[in-house]
Amino acid sequence: MEAVGLVPVLAVSAVLFVTGVAGVLTRKNALIVFMSIELMLNAVNLSFVAFARQSGQADGMIYAVFVMAVAAAEAAVGLALVILLFRNRVTVKLDDLDLMKG
Amino acid sequence: MFEAVLFYLFSLVAIVSGVGVVTMRNPIASALSLVVCFFFLAADYVLLDAHFVAVIQILVYAGAIMVLFVFVIMLLNLRHGDHLSFEDIGRRSVVGMGTAGLLAIGLFTALGQLPEILPAAIPADYGTIAYIGRALFEGPYLLPFEAVSALLTVAVVGAVVLAKKEI
Repeated sequence: MEAVGLVPVLAVSAVLFVTGVAGVLTRKNALIVFMSIELMLNAVNLSFVAFARQSGQADGMIYAVFVMAVAAAEAAVGLALVILLFRNRVTVKLDDLDLMKG
Repeated sequence: MFEAVLFYLFSLVAIVSGVGVVTMRNPIASALSLVVCFFFLAADYVLLDAHFVAVIQILVYAGAIMVLFVFVIMLLNLRHGDHLSFEDIGRRSVVGMGTAGLLAIGLFTALGQLPEILPAAIPADYGTIAYIGRALFEGPYLLPFEAVSALLTVAVVGAVVLAKKEI
């Protein structure tokens, strides 16, 4: 940390987050959209840990652990939804799921 | 100096595999690319003195969550069908990439204005399980911790109820 400083770590985090946003907005496969969301959560985790090291406090690391717990819960429920979706519609393409479009 | 080289190397691999997650055509390849990204992010956490978070990253993310992803992809047998959406550059791809580009411009403008502050001095046991555990259970995070355990229980019950054929 003393070697690189805060800004390069945050830059890496920003690049990963933007990659995740691009994945969520452009891909059509629901599973890959999920993975892009996990990528965004990890980018945020990286900046939490970097800020924790910067301030010398434990709070950032604790937030990172909480984010991981919430991500695990989200993955369990989300993948159950994908399985349910595939069972009913035999697709995971988000374009085909416009039932509530109105 | 050596640590800086390691940090840039690990971060480069993490970013390349992160881009791979978004651009790969095969969902299994995407998932494995994401596992590589998680491993190298864990290496970055070690360089940031967050050893416990690094171990949890590998155990929970690369271990549990990604196994769940790979399991579901193989269960649904999604090897074919999904076309890379960058190929047919439709309105959605242009709008998505444009939004991501705008976000990148905003983030990097904010980063450029960040003042360079030296990191604070840290105790010798910073980042260990004992240090995190004390901060977690003696500080104001005890109630959120219990709330997370309730959240995980609810999520497990919800996942079982959703994926079950007949309740």
